Amino acid sequence: MSVLIFVENWDGKFKKLSFELVSYGAKVAEMLNTDAVALSVGQVEANELEKLGRYGAARILSAVNDNINVFDSQAFTSIIAGFAQQENAEVVLLSNNNTGKAIAPRLSVRLKAGLAAGVSKLPLSTNPFNVYKKVYSGNAFSNVIIKTDLKILTLAQNSYEVTETAGKSVVTQVTAEWNSATVKTRVTEVQKQTGKILLTDADVVVSGGRGMKSAENWGPIVELAELLGAATACSRPVSDEGWRPHEEHTGQTGKIIAPNLYFAIGISGATQHLAGVSSSKFIVAINTDKDAPIFSAAQYGIIGDAGKVLPKLVEAVRELKGK
Amino acid sequence: MKILVCISNVPDTTTKVKFIDDFKKLDITGIQWVINPWDELSLTRALELKDDTSNNIQSVTVAHVGLVGAEPTIRKALAIGADDAIRVNAEPADAWLVASQLANVLKGESYDLIFCGIESSDFNGSSVGGMLAELLNYPSVSSVSNVKLENGQAVITREIDGGKEIVTVPVPVVAIVQKGIAKEPRIAAMRGIMMARTKLLKVIEPVAVDSLTEVVNYEMPKPRAACKFVDPENPGQLVELLQNEAKII
Ligand SMILES: Cc1cc2nc3c(=O)[nH]c(=O)nc-3n(C[C@H](O)[C@H](O)[C@H](O)COP(=O)(O)OP(=O)(O)OC[C@H]3O[C@@H](n4cnc5c(N)ncnc54)[C@H](O)[C@@H]3O)c2cc1C
Repeated sequence: MSVLIFVENWDGKFKKLSFELVSYGAKVAEMLNTDAVALSVGQVEANELEKLGRYGAARILSAVNDNINVFDSQAFTSIIAGFAQQENAEVVLLSNNNTGKAIAPRLSVRLKAGLAAGVSKLPLSTNPFNVYKKVYSGNAFSNVIIKTDLKILTLAQNSYEVTETAGKSVVTQVTAEWNSATVKTRVTEVQKQTGKILLTDADVVVSGGRGMKSAENWGPIVELAELLGAATACSRPVSDEGWRPHEEHTGQTGKIIAPNLYFAIGISGATQHLAGVSSSKFIVAINTDKDAPIFSAAQYGIIGDAGKVLPKLVEAVRELKGK
Repeated sequence: MKILVCISNVPDTTTKVKFIDDFKKLDITGIQWVINPWDELSLTRALELKDDTSNNIQSVTVAHVGLVGAEPTIRKALAIGADDAIRVNAEPADAWLVASQLANVLKGESYDLIFCGIESSDFNGSSVGGMLAELLNYPSVSSVSNVKLENGQAVITREIDGGKEIVTVPVPVVAIVQKGIAKEPRIAAMRGIMMARTKLLKVIEPVAVDSLTEVVNYEMPKPRAACKFVDPENPGQLVELLQNEAKII
């Protein structure tokens, strides 16, 4: 038996999300009295792989194949399903990010295993296997029982503490099956921004809404974000207006994020907006309207004109950071 | 070419959900039901593709797994412009059951492009599209923000971390869509609403499939502590609270 954790890498590197996933998987393995096995697919250096051991992976499988040149959901499903069977997995764990969402449902069918997507707590019990996840876009939560022997879980990002253990682990090099002739996805173009903090990875997010009035007023938001090492975001009307790029739109139909700190500036706090940010640990709201619903979701608030408050806030943060 | 759009019937996104029977069941009193937002955008994109005659799309069909109560939502999809509809008469107990019913309906059919939403706004499962593709042994592309057709292949833009990737995939393919696939959902015009009444809505009885998961009960989110207000003249106080009370910056 084992808990198999699919740990994605980004150009050969892991990130906080990977360690969060391993920490969670290790704890589930402990609950099941079995081992957590991390599966990495693609070229990753030994010292990077070994990091996974620090978060509780008892064994690390490093599956490589020089022919892998595209993310194809069928081919990746085959690779993971193969190792799930080989490792006699009881639970297969993935992240609820783009990659996990693409693979987990296919894996569920391939392995005839019940899937719970976006779990955000440890299982309440393992027999029956009872997990906790949000429903109605964060307006409620549910306890769900997975009835099959093998279970597939995807973990909501930033929902579990990264926990270091003293454990040691063994890295095993294995071959990832890959048959280029049967892979159907072909990449023709990649557009990637580099050097920017990804919204979904950021610990702090500074977000502006329609109350910012126009694209020209974004200066202090960007400045505040830079000072705090934060990502910038916006509400839907803002990206619809073209004031900010679409990638920044958070909410029900945009990005769903769970940073430690979310600044909502000139955002009213519509249900659909909150659906994307309500898992934030702290929300700070700045709004002229004292009755704006965002204040019911926020821990800290300033009732005032963003145009006047923001420059002062930027100065105060600059002082704190000594810049 | 034929397009299929899978639609889910969900409470309006502004609904304040409530539960009954000891938090075991959704209280449906007063709920306004709508097409799942991503499915509505998928349908819009499907119709845009059909409008461009060079794509040579014969028909856009919508499919739904659910009971008769969902028919107004299906009719709405027909009013927006779908040519016909299929409803599998089963309670949509979990994603596996829904995907299995859809796969059964699609077995003998030949849809080239199948749209599913990245999630439904009720169970937030992100599951049906991928499951359906696997059941049919079709390729699937997830986090899709654009779909075009070129030389009988699907040219799909998908979101990757920090950017986008354009991929080509042979049809049949399942496109699992998110934001960006269409700008605004298409709205039904009066003529469409009239025509929807006479369009074909085929009801198919389900095959026997068990769900793999089961909701035991629901919980409401923990109420947040009341908001602490800071003097707008002195945002320094906010910085101080974030640093020393919340210990977050
Ligand atoms: C199906 C569906 C899906 C949706 N999905 C999303 C989604 O994913 N994300 C999303 O954000 N929205 C979404 N929406 C839209 C949502 O309903 C709201 O319309 C939107 O969130 C409002 O954006 P806003 O808060 O920026 O603007 P508004 O609601 O216009 O609020 C602007 C706020 O700024 C305040 N303000 C004005 N001037 C100032 C000032 N000088 N200083 C400070 N504050 C000021 C106002 O008091 C107000 O509270 C969706 C809607 C639907 C129907």
